[in-house]
Amino acid sequence: MHRNHLPALALLALATSCGGGVNGASRTVIQNKGSDTLLNVAQAWAEAYSTVNPECTVAVSGGGSGTGISAMINGTVDLANASRKMKERELAAAGENGVTPVEFVVGYDALAVYVHAANPIESITMEQLAGIYGDGGSLVRWSQLGVTIPNGGSDEIVRVSRQNNSGTFVYFREAVLGREGKYKLGSLDMHGSKDVVDLVENTPGAIGYSGLAYATDHVKLVPVISADSGAPVTPSVDTAVDRTYPIARPLLMYTAGQPEGAVAEYLDWILSDDGQRIILAKGYAPVRALD
Amino acid sequence: MASPGGDRSGPDHLGREWWWDKIAQVLLFGGGISAIVFIIAIFVFIAQQGLGYALVDLDLATYFTSPEWRPTSEPEPVFGALALIVGTASVTGLAMLVSVPFSIGAAIFIGEFATGRTREILKVLVELLAAIPSVVWGFIGLMVMSPLLMDVFDVSVGVSVLNAGLILGLMAAPIMTTIAEDALKAVPDGFREAAEAMGATRWQVIRQVVLPSAKNGLVAAVLLGVGRGFGETMAVLMASGHSINMPTSPLDQVRALTATIAAELGETARGSDHYRVLFSIGILLFLVTFIINLLADMFVRGKKTAR
Repeated sequence: MHRNHLPALALLALATSCGGGVNGASRTVIQNKGSDTLLNVAQAWAEAYSTVNPECTVAVSGGGSGTGISAMINGTVDLANASRKMKERELAAAGENGVTPVEFVVGYDALAVYVHAANPIESITMEQLAGIYGDGGSLVRWSQLGVTIPNGGSDEIVRVSRQNNSGTFVYFREAVLGREGKYKLGSLDMHGSKDVVDLVENTPGAIGYSGLAYATDHVKLVPVISADSGAPVTPSVDTAVDRTYPIARPLLMYTAGQPEGAVAEYLDWILSDDGQRIILAKGYAPVRALD
Repeated sequence: MASPGGDRSGPDHLGREWWWDKIAQVLLFGGGISAIVFIIAIFVFIAQQGLGYALVDLDLATYFTSPEWRPTSEPEPVFGALALIVGTASVTGLAMLVSVPFSIGAAIFIGEFATGRTREILKVLVELLAAIPSVVWGFIGLMVMSPLLMDVFDVSVGVSVLNAGLILGLMAAPIMTTIAEDALKAVPDGFREAAEAMGATRWQVIRQVVLPSAKNGLVAAVLLGVGRGFGETMAVLMASGHSINMPTSPLDQVRALTATIAAELGETARGSDHYRVLFSIGILLFLVTFIINLLADMFVRGKKTAR
């Protein structure tokens, strides 16, 4: 992940060294930190924005949603990236600091359910997902779902999850198990979105969840049946935009109080068609359908 | 702190040599006490971050008896480290089962049987084995051992206690071999000669004379191996499956204490409960390795006083 900083940093250094001589005094720097899910997009935005508004530099770093939010509360960054909403505890901490966080939805991410390419499963319901992942859930074998793993593969469902402070982990828990739901312990907890997909690719009995942007040709994306429509919905940018896919989460940016000046201009640009085309190009869904 | 240069009198009292002496003295003194300074600094840091929390706010009964590690659960997180402790213990235990016979055997061969080039080459190879970075061992566990174990045992996941134990055993073996060999070498040749003079065979010499007199050193070697296994992070993180689980068979996935810190600390808000609990795990690890090293040291000392 940290390797990703380098091109952005190099660009920033370049931008500063070029622009500094011309008009160093009026240059503004926006500090932007948070979710690793949003890191790639945030860097792409920062790079593109340096050509849109050369007077403004956006410094991007990762560290996780929680890290970004606490930095925003402490006033060390202007913009926090988050792949989940702020928790009650964080809102309380902001209140104690006299900060009123303002939330902006900058895109959507569909969390796809991944299985091995040879797994014949055609769709899965939210209840079944809860039965597999939830504490006390009874689904532990593929045969309980009417699925036989081909080539004599093991019948046991190998649950792949994320480390417990990732925004993806928290969002999947909320969406599938409910706000106070608990995961069944004993899942394989991977340390990155890509690691989940890699493990599922190599393990015939595995099931995992990860951002849609990490899909490859070597794994299968299972259509999810939501309680509302009753029809299986394949995760895609389109189904995330029209909100028919049930496990799509908003990607957020938080500011401390209503943004002003350069930060407000930057957010406006991110939400413009130009900015939204960049998030689409990175494999996430824009906030609205683009032409 | 009387320096050899300081005693000198006469015109070159403040000459170049005197200054070199002083500089060398200060540098050596600094180097000598640095280990103490660092160990104290580390302990103070860990204690300051986690000890107060561990003693006051942390429910120690839950911590040591509950296998439920849910540090980010809403609304109430649960900090039960039992599964993590059992995970570390099972992996380390299996690693010792694998590596103790191997490394004692290797030490006996290198120390008592091998001669000349064979001995030198073996020693270099063992030391080279100790120099392999742990992430490379983890990689071997993930990419080589895992498919192998899946094939051999017909299981769906190849990373497990067995995988991590084998990898950790291979990692701990070189250190144990080197220390065990030192212990064997410390047995005076006179012992061997006396036994041989009384008609003992080579095997009898080793079994009844060398091994018993090197006993304490060998125990120290094993204990240091255990300490190594307990503290290893990267390879265990990669090869154990990183899954909160009370293992019932060597093919189950587990999660180690060290791996939990490595995986979670980076994205934990500083100063939060979760952050402090991770530091309390650090304190636990520190205490255990401290006790193991102390025991090893006592055994080495025991050997010296016994003679």
